Amino acid sequence: MNDIAIKAAGLGKKFRIGRSTSSYRTLRDTLSDGLLAPFRRVRGLIGGRASGSAGAREEIWALRDIGFEVEAGEAVGVIGRNGAGKSTLLKVLSRITEPTEGFAEIRGSVSSLLEVGTGFHLELTGRENIYLNGAILGMTRDHIRRRFDEIVDFAEVEKFIDTPVKHYSSGMYLRLAFAVAAHLDPDILIVDEVLAVGDARFHKKCLNKMQDAGQTGRTVIFVSHSMPAITRLCKRAILVEDGRMLADGPSHKVVNQYLNGGCETAASRDWPDPARAPGSDLARLRGVRVITEGGAVTDAVDVSQTFGIEMEFDVLEPRNVLMPYHHVFNQQHIEIFDAHDTDAAWRGRPRPRGRYRSTVWIPGNLLAEGTLFISSGLTRTDAAASRPEFHEQDVISIQVVENIDNERSARGDWSRDMGGVVRPLFRWDTRFIPYSMQVCSL
Amino acid sequence: MKPEPIPPIIRVEPSRGWVSLKLGELWNYRELLYFLTWRDVKVKYKQTLLGVAWAIIQPFFTMVVFTLFFGKLAKMPSDGIPYPIFSFTALVPWTFFSNALSQASNSLVGSANLIKRVYFPRLAIPLASVLTGAVDFFFAFAVLIGMMLYFGIVPTVNILWLPLLLSLVVVISLGVSLWLSALNVQFRDVRYVIPFLTQVWLFATPIVYPSSLLKEPWRIIYGLNPMAGVVEGFRWALLGAKTAPGPMILVSAAAACLVLVSGALYFRRMEKTFADVV
Repeated sequence: MNDIAIKAAGLGKKFRIGRSTSSYRTLRDTLSDGLLAPFRRVRGLIGGRASGSAGAREEIWALRDIGFEVEAGEAVGVIGRNGAGKSTLLKVLSRITEPTEGFAEIRGSVSSLLEVGTGFHLELTGRENIYLNGAILGMTRDHIRRRFDEIVDFAEVEKFIDTPVKHYSSGMYLRLAFAVAAHLDPDILIVDEVLAVGDARFHKKCLNKMQDAGQTGRTVIFVSHSMPAITRLCKRAILVEDGRMLADGPSHKVVNQYLNGGCETAASRDWPDPARAPGSDLARLRGVRVITEGGAVTDAVDVSQTFGIEMEFDVLEPRNVLMPYHHVFNQQHIEIFDAHDTDAAWRGRPRPRGRYRSTVWIPGNLLAEGTLFISSGLTRTDAAASRPEFHEQDVISIQVVENIDNERSARGDWSRDMGGVVRPLFRWDTRFIPYSMQVCSL
Repeated sequence: MKPEPIPPIIRVEPSRGWVSLKLGELWNYRELLYFLTWRDVKVKYKQTLLGVAWAIIQPFFTMVVFTLFFGKLAKMPSDGIPYPIFSFTALVPWTFFSNALSQASNSLVGSANLIKRVYFPRLAIPLASVLTGAVDFFFAFAVLIGMMLYFGIVPTVNILWLPLLLSLVVVISLGVSLWLSALNVQFRDVRYVIPFLTQVWLFATPIVYPSSLLKEPWRIIYGLNPMAGVVEGFRWALLGAKTAPGPMILVSAAAACLVLVSGALYFRRMEKTFADVV
């Protein structure tokens, strides 16, 4: 399946923001513009302006030079700051608004979910709204009829299906709205930030549904501000800033770039030239990298996976007791832990000259999702060393990501963002004491 | 994967110049059109005390007022037809037209949320608004039949023309609605113009008076107001008014088609800016 589902080339969208106070025009504006334009032009010419354009109407490009291809069945995340042009891109791709230049070719049926519950009418019942919303989203009546029970089931609103939705709780309303959207079967699904609906359990259900969509060969374009959601659902991501594409690649890399504000810290670093390697006359740092248990260099690890931070260094002077260490920070630059080499083989033992490769293994289910920055150094422990032989600040960074249906993670059935800098998997015990027992023991 | 034909390629690009009407696409979205109409009908009389009765009350009381003031006091001629039914026959298509105008002209602005979030042929929105009025029309029409029985008026064979006259009302309503709804997106002045426009148009149409007040060829030229042709057509087809509208209705039909085609073209041309401007 290497068909191209979406191909965009040179897409651009221009907006006029001359009249920021009112987006629509009144007839008076047009009439006065039309009548005054000649005078203004004359004044402009007298004033020495070459082009006497009517008013300084500013134009901004909400999108410019957007070009990418998406294969059928691929899930692509779109990230960027507010106002970067993400939503405009989705609107252009879903034909809601026309591009000013460039083109996009879309192969297959498209459904866009820029909001859940578009077109829901408060006076209509749940049942009526399912049909109405379905039709608006492009479902046929037959299709809705066939999936009707599934939709109601998914939304968990069986009892209220013939109640006007204005009497629904906001949770029920959102569940129903998402349920309709989730049962669309387009080839291409364009989704904007609709996952933030409902309670935790329903949230997980939505995420699973989205992932199913990706796994059943559906092409998904997904905009979100939740980086964990992006890395969970999409293998690939596009970073948009000021209407331009800044990056396009594996989602954890792009997320990393976005979070680090462009100054990308690589997941591995090497100094092939000893003269340039950081260090002293005693020892030099030659490389730091993150590896999987299998030994492969990686830049993203799953929360439940054990991974190693490998440091390679040269010892230039013998007879010194040396200790490699790492300091690990998260993206808020809170120091999470220090790791000091405790390997018995070299603890308190002077090291002969040569190349060393020390790896510290960080167990799975310890760290929370997010970016880690690692500072690595080497210090003498046999003498009162005033300063380390070398200490490299933020030498590498790595993404800790989490797969949504990771049964072994500490997340449990919670699917939204979790707090904390660590995420250990604890043991939980539950003892059930029926009420009757409590009464008896009194 | 099920064996599917090669999916169609949608090309998203800036449109240039005059665009086609894309009626085929509208046809593909006919279910949406159905549901939008159905929604408007359902919602229209929810939480009203009298419900659908309003569809009858509105034209009926207008007829009563007209009969009192124009029929009795002003002694307006009515081509030899009892004045109540003379004016009511005209009010039935007129009410459809004026309701369509006020509903449809605000329809795009009222559906801003939909337009900004989902793609579909925008023509469906004003079209649904116009079609919604059909329900009211049929209730009012039933009352008209009742009145014909009361006044003992037997329709002539001319009644066979009624379907054509009905489609002519829809054509005019849709044409004017397309113009006004698209203009309303750009210029919110439209909503202030509507009540004034319908009032003037009411008196510019032979509803309280017969068009036979005019001599030929003025009567034919009068047909340039397409509603004039429709109203006289209704009287001729249902009441057997002696003054067959003949050439006048041809002029009206031509004017109606012109309004519809130009309205649709204008609408399509403005359509691409709706999501940005509305």
